[in-house]
Amino acid sequence: MTSQTAPPPVEDERRTPRRQLPRLVVGGRDVTSGVGFVVALVLLVVLAAVTTENFLTEQNLTNLLRQMVTVGLLAYGMLVVILTAGIDLSVGSVVAFSGIVSAGLVADLPIPLALAVGVAAGIGFGLVNGLLIAGFDLAPFVVTLAALTTIRGLAFVYSEVPIAPEDPGFFTLGTALAGPIPVPTLIMIGVFVVGGIFLTRTPAGRAIVAIGGNRETVRLAGISVKKHLVLAYTISGTCAGLAGVILASRVGIAQPSVGVAFELDAIAACVIGGASLAGGRGSVRATLGGVIVLSLINNLLNLHGVQSFWQQVLKGLIIIAVIIVQRRSMGERA
Amino acid sequence: MTLRIRGVRKSFGQVEVLHGIDLLAEKGEVLAVVGANGAGKSTLIKILAGAQPASEGELWLDGERLDLRSPHDAHEAGIRTVYQELTLVPELTVTENLLIGSLPRRAGLIDWAAAHRRAQELLDELGFGAVRATTKAGRLSVARQQMVEIAKALVSEPKVLVLDEPSAVLAGSDLDSLFALVRRLQERGVIVIYISHRLAEVAALANSIVVIRDGTVVATTTPAETDESELIALMAGRRLERIYPDRRPAAGDTVLSVRGLTRAGEFEDVSFELRAGEIVGLFGLVGAGRSELAHCLFGDTRPDGGSVRLDGAELQPDGPRAAIRSGLALVTEDRKRTGIVASMTVRDNIALATMRATMRGPLIDGARQGARVAGMVRRFDIRPAHSAAMRIDRLSGGNQQKAILAKWLLAGPRVLILDEPTRGVDMATRVDIYRTVDELARSGCTVLLISSDLTEVIGATDRVLVMHDGRIAGELDSAGATEDQVLARSIGEAAA
Repeated sequence: MTSQTAPPPVEDERRTPRRQLPRLVVGGRDVTSGVGFVVALVLLVVLAAVTTENFLTEQNLTNLLRQMVTVGLLAYGMLVVILTAGIDLSVGSVVAFSGIVSAGLVADLPIPLALAVGVAAGIGFGLVNGLLIAGFDLAPFVVTLAALTTIRGLAFVYSEVPIAPEDPGFFTLGTALAGPIPVPTLIMIGVFVVGGIFLTRTPAGRAIVAIGGNRETVRLAGISVKKHLVLAYTISGTCAGLAGVILASRVGIAQPSVGVAFELDAIAACVIGGASLAGGRGSVRATLGGVIVLSLINNLLNLHGVQSFWQQVLKGLIIIAVIIVQRRSMGERA
Repeated sequence: MTLRIRGVRKSFGQVEVLHGIDLLAEKGEVLAVVGANGAGKSTLIKILAGAQPASEGELWLDGERLDLRSPHDAHEAGIRTVYQELTLVPELTVTENLLIGSLPRRAGLIDWAAAHRRAQELLDELGFGAVRATTKAGRLSVARQQMVEIAKALVSEPKVLVLDEPSAVLAGSDLDSLFALVRRLQERGVIVIYISHRLAEVAALANSIVVIRDGTVVATTTPAETDESELIALMAGRRLERIYPDRRPAAGDTVLSVRGLTRAGEFEDVSFELRAGEIVGLFGLVGAGRSELAHCLFGDTRPDGGSVRLDGAELQPDGPRAAIRSGLALVTEDRKRTGIVASMTVRDNIALATMRATMRGPLIDGARQGARVAGMVRRFDIRPAHSAAMRIDRLSGGNQQKAILAKWLLAGPRVLILDEPTRGVDMATRVDIYRTVDELARSGCTVLLISSDLTEVIGATDRVLVMHDGRIAGELDSAGATEDQVLARSIGEAAA
């Protein structure tokens, strides 16, 4: 009698169940089915193709595919964390640390091992973030903000100057092509596919999504909230480590200062993809869509030779515009 | 000055919870409203407070028809309500809490000296001099905070003061101050609507008493004309027609044995046994310690003493996970906060506790999980019928509750603890829930049904345990028990 505020029952019997295609929607609606999203994507592509001569060249498209890898990997990890109602601000610093460590180790270790150590560093940082957040019940924002500065500092401690390994084997991972498609892009797509299956089809993935919806309910259902929070941050750290190693390998030079504000691009990609920062809602496919939109914007501005500070300004405004268009077309709150 | 409530009805969706309430209170009158939990008292209060508009009916005060659409409207009309739940801002001082919005200023800045002085005067005048105006509200005891709440309601000198269970957190001299204050307000001509479970208090304070049951006024009387046992009988009323399955108590083996379970401040020395296939009710008023006991049995909180044995083996309080493995399940009282994951589908919610039951390799076997969930949707008649892919918060409360039950049924519990499973649930869904619980018990599951609904706690069970003030105050056979017997034990009275 006290709490009769439940929403009115939906009695819409005519609505047929949605097609049961394998969806990579993990909570709530799939944003990529939203008209606004498709419109935004098409608009960007048309705009790029019409206003520039170079957009549709093979070289530019390959570049585009390569450049989206970093944000893409970070965005998947960020999505996992955001689904738990958390945030990982440390990923940009992890990119720098993993890159510079693997570049530095090339002198002493076999290349695959040096790269593996870079990724392992990302796993380790993610694990520590997760343990601090879950174990001490600390706010994710605060912990990963502290990690952002700590890890950035560690990257400079490791090497104040950029490291450019001379062994050409170091560039293989970042620059290899499989047919017309860059290998890093395939790795990123692999992460999204496996990651999508993880979030939709495994108990751990479902638990992560559920935690963001209502962690008390999850806990009382006998599922360890802490364990899954640690897992989520470890996944994010792993993605960041991988992104850092691939970036260093692609550019051929690892800088301790790289990756500043990358976390914001990753968050933006998730949000453009309809993820809710309150947790429990987000889509793997739409996040990939968000990554593509962001990369298109970057590419477009580069082709137009827009000065980099103006790029930042325009990018911010475009992100807001995309989100507004998209949410309005979905009829949901922004 | 007269407060008149005429033919007030209130519906939530299809369910009408107040069926035409009539009340009349004159200037300087203390009108007590009594009734069992769920009788409709709180809804009536909310209507008076402007927190929920009435669906039908009229409110008149001082010859004027009131149209209360918000708490602000009620304040404007001179009606102030003090709820059971405290609403003070703990970080602010008592002064700020009392005078917020009307703090005295000097040269544009708040004149703190004058503000504290005014607040203290107000408290002293109300007989709450024990409260210092300069203290932060959060540092006061619950009883003192309650006093500040009352003082806050009186700042604007209301014509009507509604007190919802004001004595629940007060004791001893604090209680005396409250009574003295009510009498003083009475002399000033304020109409006091006094809601309470404590009948002795009602008899001492009230000019007239209104008994509400099932959303209807069943009696209007005065302390002189009635006594406590009559009030209890009026509150409990007669038994409804049988909407409960026929129960034939099974004399199975003892499954759960609780010995001397104690958790400081929540419950004390609780002992009872549950047998296989039994449905045992646990009744108690708000604050008696029922839900706290349920969470402790479920391993969610650690007891300070005592033991819980399941099939003779001691249960370690290692959290919900261990409890579920041992065969316990808990449907919590608060559906929204601890029952559902609102952002997920009905299917995800039903499968939540048993995701690992349908694995194929490292992945969840979608087809098998879907079939299990579909079976539950059919068994419980969860509507709409294709709701498995819908977000659970699009369903009605009753259907959400069915989904939560389905979640736990999939886990195959040996002991199922249900905490207020039918709160806010319509009658048809209730009947479904009772039927399912009965089926479960027949298949050997043991059910502990915690409820503050008297009819339910007797009708749907084999035995009833009654809690009062953190202790088991009695045990009754449901077959012979009457509602007033249960109610009497729950308020600490001897057997009626």
